[in-house]
Amino acid sequence: MEEFLHQVVSGLANGGVYASVALALVMIYRATHLVNFAQGEMALCSTYLASALIEAGVPYWLAFSATVGISFAAGMLIERVIIRPAARAPVLSVVIVFIGLMVALNSLASWVFGTTIRTFPSPFPARPPFGNHYIGSHELGVVGVTLGMMLLLYTFFRHTSLGLAMRAVAQNQASSRLVGIRVGRMLALGWGLAAAVGAVAGMMVAPVVFLDPSMMGGVLLYAFAAALLGGIDSPGGAVVGGFVVGVLENVVGAYLIGTELKLTVALALIVGVLVLRPAGLFGSVAATRV
Amino acid sequence: MVESAPGIHPTPTTRTGVPRWRTAAVVIAVVAACALPLAADDYRVFQVTLVVIDAVALLGLNLLTGYGGQISLGHGAFFGIGAYTTAILVHRFGFPYWATLPCAGAVCMVAGFLFGLPALRFDGLYLALATFALGVVLPQVFKFRGIESFTGGVEGISLDKPHAPLGLPLSPDQWLYLLSLGVAAAGFLVARNIVRGPTGRAIVAIRDSPIAAASVGIDTAMYKSVTFGISALYTGVAGGLSALAVQFVGPDSFSAFLSISLLVGIVVGGLASLSGAIYGAIFIQFVPNVAGDLSKAAPGAVYGLVLLLSIYALPFGVSGLVKRIASALPRRLKK
Repeated sequence: MEEFLHQVVSGLANGGVYASVALALVMIYRATHLVNFAQGEMALCSTYLASALIEAGVPYWLAFSATVGISFAAGMLIERVIIRPAARAPVLSVVIVFIGLMVALNSLASWVFGTTIRTFPSPFPARPPFGNHYIGSHELGVVGVTLGMMLLLYTFFRHTSLGLAMRAVAQNQASSRLVGIRVGRMLALGWGLAAAVGAVAGMMVAPVVFLDPSMMGGVLLYAFAAALLGGIDSPGGAVVGGFVVGVLENVVGAYLIGTELKLTVALALIVGVLVLRPAGLFGSVAATRV
Repeated sequence: MVESAPGIHPTPTTRTGVPRWRTAAVVIAVVAACALPLAADDYRVFQVTLVVIDAVALLGLNLLTGYGGQISLGHGAFFGIGAYTTAILVHRFGFPYWATLPCAGAVCMVAGFLFGLPALRFDGLYLALATFALGVVLPQVFKFRGIESFTGGVEGISLDKPHAPLGLPLSPDQWLYLLSLGVAAAGFLVARNIVRGPTGRAIVAIRDSPIAAASVGIDTAMYKSVTFGISALYTGVAGGLSALAVQFVGPDSFSAFLSISLLVGIVVGGLASLSGAIYGAIFIQFVPNVAGDLSKAAPGAVYGLVLLLSIYALPFGVSGLVKRIASALPRRLKK
């Protein structure tokens, strides 16, 4: 039983990371109806940046904030320079652009920072909190950070005029433009936010899985599964999906199919959700205009 | 939702007359291809064999993605399934090597058809997601200890190179090259007939306007699945050939990077273009090697840049460029 509980708890911690990346995916999906295949590698680059800053002697939280800020700006830049010119192209071209971006960012990271595995510090104390032995500080911290981020984003989208404008753009770009919203700026902002959220996810997962260029590959796949499970256009769904996928992955991996086949859980979930319930748990059913 | 802007996908037209330069170019290419083993050493022949094999795989992917508009980011998986089918049949069941190629194709066709069945319900983007997952996951499955007695687990399976039949005076490399060339030629002819016939028009119609296609009586669901099956068949046969040529299959040979290489291949060669498969295959066979000498990360960087640039600068790929030059040249010369 204790073993099982431990699996669930560490699943929740992984789930926090998946939830964050899934959240980033959902934000971009809502704004542009595209799935950002490069999300994982953007987060990878951010994490390397943070690692470089910390190694240069910058205190953790300063490096953390700087990384989030720079990632935000880089996300906006990527939208402006690479994504927008392809925005009106067919899905195939856009997917090719995303894959190109994914491969380019990954090799950029391994070119600049090398392929050796690095350790990455955790901001949370090494000793488990409150003297319990179910949950480590980092695990608890990851869950906390995820929920905190979720709350921040919720507040931003619900209670600020900028958030309202971004929601309007996600709903209907033409109407938003007519009421005077700068649609392009909102899209760039969405990408910036997604990049920032991804950066946090990267910095949260790196202490657990160590930092190397393939770090985000599996994470991205689980995040896809999480986003689809929760409903690709539902931010709350992405977070729930993330935690569910994290726990499922750990429990199924530990008791049913062994850790070697863990990734197949993601594949099964993706195909299963698409076949049985394409809208996911909380997503809206898409209607196509003929 | 998947609507194509005109210009991104060159739609194949029924051509009554083939330009003369093309006939000449094809004849020269065929003669050169057949004569290659006489002129090159075994290693060069081996490399060109891999190009030919990649071209078969790209042909399959291009039928699905270029012509059909269905995005597969996981064709490396089918390549791997084909390779493993061949390796397992030869190594564990003592099949003659030539008999394994149809088996590899059949297994992949069934796998592709089955994967395509639920895929009908997905939009282009979701299919991309699902196939991406397939490509990432499959190496793990090949490594799985439960089926180690078949797949050889992380060690993979080593094979012997098949010798030329009937005592022909050919080295194994030369024989395998000619075998691959034969398979590729047959593949090209069949693909050409599919693309130019009613099936090809149906596939393209579904890509360009699924609703219009359905309303003129095309069974879109069926055609999509069958396209997926045929595409996987090509890629599977290519995988089987590669297992024989490389003499080895291992789980890490069929990583997600392979799937991305194949995507790069059809984009560079030219989407919805049969000849593009050759240009694409040359590119993915030689460019990463050259770039790899520079840095370990360079092949990926080149791939990424090429994908990004080709969409903006060269949407028709090399085959589009060749066509444009070829059609502009005679006019220039006449002036």
